[in-house]
Formats: sequence, structure tokens, C-alpha cells
Amino acid sequence: MQKIEQLIKEKARDLLAAGQVTSVIAWQKGEMFYDNAPGYFDNTEELDALVYNAFCAANLSKYLIANTKKDEKTAVFLKPCDTYSLNQLIKDRRVQREQVLVIGIPCAGMVDINKVKAQGLKGIIGITEDGDNLTVETAYGTKQVARAEVLLNKCLACKGSAYAVSDETIGEPMAVKHAPYDRFAVVKELESLSPQERFAFWQEELSKCIRCNACRDICPACSCEQCLFDNPESPLAGKANNNSAEEQLFHIIRAYHVAGRCTDCGECSRVCPQGIRLDLLNRKFIKDINEFYGDYQAGADADTNAPLLSFDVDDVEPGAATKGRE
Amino acid sequence: MWQEGTAVDLKTTITAKSLKNIFFPQIENLLAFERQGQKLSLEQKQLPAEKTIAFGVRACDIASFNLLDKVFLKQPVDHFYQARRENCTLIGLACSEPEETCFCRTFGIEPASPTADAAAWLVGDDLFWQPKTTKGEELTAAIKDLFTEAEGGDKIVAEQQAQVQALLDKMPLAGFALSDEECSKQAEIFESEVWEELSKTCLGCGTCTYVCPTCHCYDIRDYEVNDKVERYRCWDSCMFSDFTNMAGGNPRTTRLARFRQRYMHKLVYFPANNEGAYACVGCGRRLQKCPVSLNIVKVAKALGVTKNV
Repeated sequence: MQKIEQLIKEKARDLLAAGQVTSVIAWQKGEMFYDNAPGYFDNTEELDALVYNAFCAANLSKYLIANTKKDEKTAVFLKPCDTYSLNQLIKDRRVQREQVLVIGIPCAGMVDINKVKAQGLKGIIGITEDGDNLTVETAYGTKQVARAEVLLNKCLACKGSAYAVSDETIGEPMAVKHAPYDRFAVVKELESLSPQERFAFWQEELSKCIRCNACRDICPACSCEQCLFDNPESPLAGKANNNSAEEQLFHIIRAYHVAGRCTDCGECSRVCPQGIRLDLLNRKFIKDINEFYGDYQAGADADTNAPLLSFDVDDVEPGAATKGRE
Repeated sequence: MWQEGTAVDLKTTITAKSLKNIFFPQIENLLAFERQGQKLSLEQKQLPAEKTIAFGVRACDIASFNLLDKVFLKQPVDHFYQARRENCTLIGLACSEPEETCFCRTFGIEPASPTADAAAWLVGDDLFWQPKTTKGEELTAAIKDLFTEAEGGDKIVAEQQAQVQALLDKMPLAGFALSDEECSKQAEIFESEVWEELSKTCLGCGTCTYVCPTCHCYDIRDYEVNDKVERYRCWDSCMFSDFTNMAGGNPRTTRLARFRQRYMHKLVYFPANNEGAYACVGCGRRLQKCPVSLNIVKVAKALGVTKNV
């Protein structure tokens, strides 16, 4: 990926130097070896801090909402999966397409530092990528880790190397190597439980929630100007974590609201400080949509009618058929 | 809260959430009202009376309690906090395996010498124990059958302490130090141009404030059902858009202003009001948990309020 990083820097330098864009959104180096962060680059001098490696999971699409409100053009580097989120934002008319220059960049799968640490590694003072392996240097010694074993969960459900939207691309497509993975496996398990067992599962899972709103704030599909849960005029505005009702309401309403627009980018689960599997709620909706209306990938295109936003006399009516009972 | 049968983990250095909720719960009912016809009855919640032991607390989290004391035990004293604090016996556990995100030494905290009611060191399978206060001695006396006199214990502990220092010297934040002089330049820091760049990628979520052991802002709200009201307090976050929203309006209407507030509080306002103590203990939780990897180290470096040690 080092080669790609070089190509990204060159591209960004050309665009800024020629004044084709006002700013570039990419990833910048952090304090550690794995905490690369989204970053704005407004001039060529800042580009030394630009980085692209196995720790650039952050989906940059959502920043385009704020950027296209200004009268300027922004370049953004997007991995294949990120382009689905941007495309959905374009479809939802939250991003002005003509104000964005989308440059697609290949990705070999991003690494989950928590999975690296779960292999018993602490005190990480250096990480080098070496093909299918990572060499992790720690204050306690050095260890090799197989990249396929420490990929982010979202990368196990990789959508492939194609870009849903792009103006230009850089580098050759890459493949994400990992063992076979069924993104609906856990959803199916949950469906097989009794309603009481399922309720108990979610109660346990959501009781970990601290209501930090990171899942909502990182989510490209959560693009309301003001969230219902932040609106002082709404009876739902609240900051309390109250495991009998409030978090459940928050997460379930959020899942309903992004249903049909969620591209399964997996950012909600990635950033949850409590490790809650929020993607399962979204994947349940995706699975249902696939079953009721045929396979559908949000963000795959920016113009067709989405299944939940269109009506056809042949549409299934699962709720009506069973009157909501199983 | 430990229950019979729960497995104990003494290996984890830094827990995901801080421990401030043991004294300052995320949500807590303060008062209940009920209207019956023309009558209004009030019920003040009882102060917590349960005796507790917090075992295995790291030096950084213990230091955070000392900072919270400066807020909650100052006049007017917060009685709920005070009751929980006084009812708790704190057992510190020395760090033996610091993480790369640790920088407690920046704030003068000794990770291998916890200052609690009693201190403990885990070396191999042996747990060394030393009472430090009257509370700690009382607890030690109550469970004395669990202990044997450790021969050469001081030497073994001292070896571990030296190892931890050597490990911390290797960590990326080993040289991170704040300049008291620079941090006292309130107006200059407030007006700094770097806030715009720093706050640009902030999501405005509350992760940093909720995992932080020293963030202590709270909101008080009413939960109303028919004629009954529960008045509760819950953690608040300066990252949220309605933070400090009041009758006259909101003093901070932009993300920049809210982001700046958090770091001004930690690096400038808190020390100005508390004999120079920064409102940070270097636990590194924000370095681990911020979805977009913003943190006090990055901010302090950008502001130029660091110094070389």
C-alpha cells in the first residue's frame, strides 16, 4: 500500500497546486502507529502528514455534506466500500455531486487494532506491513500477525474492488483475503431464537451503551440536520443511559431510520467504544429487504428508486399477512 | 459490580470505561415529585449508604478521583458523591504492563506506586499488599487470614517498579510534557488559529467525555409521567449541541467552540482554578476510543503548549 500512498500524495499535490480543488480529504498520521485519522489538506505543505496504510478504515464520505455547503470543490480519496456511502448521500441529495472530485483508491482490507491487541499484544511501538503479514513491534517483543486474522469485521463483508462512484481511480484493484464469511450468519441465529431470548440478547447487548452517539455521528446515513434525540423540542431528547428503555429506543429508531439507506459500511460497530454489534440491527433490515424485494445494495447507484421508497402492487406485505405476529 | 461467580481480570491495564461512575454514576435520581389534586409531595432520594470496595484500581484512575474531589467536595459539597466516596475503600493495583497510549507520568503519577487505601502489586502469581490509610488497615485486619508475611517483598516490588519505568521510557508518549507557563496564556490559547483545523474532523459525539475519568459535567432533567416526576442528573458532554443551553441562549453554537471548551477546561481553566492541576491523568482512553483519533496529545502539540523533557 506504500506505493498507493505515494500516488495519492502526488495526485493531491497536483490538484492543490493547480487550484483544481480547494481542499483534499484523506487520512493523516496519528500519534501511534495505528491511529490514522481523517484529515483536511488545504495546501501542498501539509501533505507530508498524509498516510495510506492498513489503518485507514475511516469512511470519509460524510465530511462531504459540510464541504458541499460551501461554494468550493473538494477532492476525496475513497476506498471501494466508501464510495457506496457517498453514492447514497448523493442519492439522498445531501451531497452536491458536481462539487466533489472522487478519486477511487484500492484497498486490501483494513486492520482492527483491537484484534491485534486481542492476540496478547500490548505496548505497540511499531507496525510494518509485509504482504499478508504484519510485523508488530511492542515494548515486550516482536510478533508476526496474519493480516487475514486481524481484519476489521466490516472488511470480512467486503463489497469487492469496484467503485460505486468515482471520477478517477489510482492503482490496480486489490483483493481482500480472508476465510469465507456470511454477513448474515449471526442475524440468522438471532432469528432462530424465541422472542423472549432475542429480547434478552438485545437487552444485554444494549445495556452496555453509554449514549455517546458515536454510532450515529459517524454514520453516513445519519445525515439529519438535527437528530430527533438532540432536539430539545422533542420528548425523546435525552442524554441519560437508562437500560430499561432509552438506549433500546435510540438504537431501534436509528436502525429504522437508516433502513434501506444503510450500505453496511460497518462504521457504527467499528467506533462503538463498548463493542456493541450495532451492525446486526442494520443487517437484519438488509436481509429482510433482500428477501422481500430481491437483492438490494444501498449506494450501488444514485438514481433508481429504493425498495422502501417505492410502491408496487406486487410488493409483499409481511406485516399485514401475519398481523405482526409470528 | 462483582457478583459470586464473576471471573476477575487482573491483566487488563486500562478498562474501556473509566471508573468515575462508581462515585458519579452516569444517571442518578435526585428527587421525586407527585401531584395529588392540589397537593404536591416531594421525596428526596436517600444518600447511598452501601459500603463498597474498589479493587484493582490503576494509579491514573485513583488520581482522577483526587481531581473529581476538587469539584464535588468543594463548597457546596455534592452529598451523593461524598457519600459514595466515603463509603468506598480503594485498593490500587500497580501497573505491570503499561500500554502504548499511557502517559500518566506527564502528570506526575507513579503507575507502579498507587496511592490508595491499600496498594497491591501482582508479580507472577503472587499478590503483594500494603495498607496505606486507616481504612486500608481496617480492611487488611478484617481479611488478615488471606495474607502471609512476604519475605523480600519490598525488593520484588521494587524490581517490578523499575521494569515498569523502563517500559514506559520506550512508549511513544514518554517525552510528552506540558508547559505550565504556556498553558497559563489563556487569551492567547483561546484565540489560537489551530482550533479550526483541529475541530474540523471532530464528529461531535460524546465518546471522549464519557470514557474520560476526569470529565465531570452533568445535566439535570425531569422525567415526567402523568402527575409524577423524577428529577435526575446524568452525564453531559461539552461536545453536544445543547450543552450549556440556557434561557438566554447557547454560548457555544459551533463545533469549534465546543471542541475548544473541552481542551481549554483540561489545559487552562481547571489548572487556573486548582493550583495548577491539569484535568487529565494520561490514561489514554481517548487515544484508544475517539472514532477520529483526536486527543489531548495532538491538541497540546498543535497549540504549542508542550515542552521537552
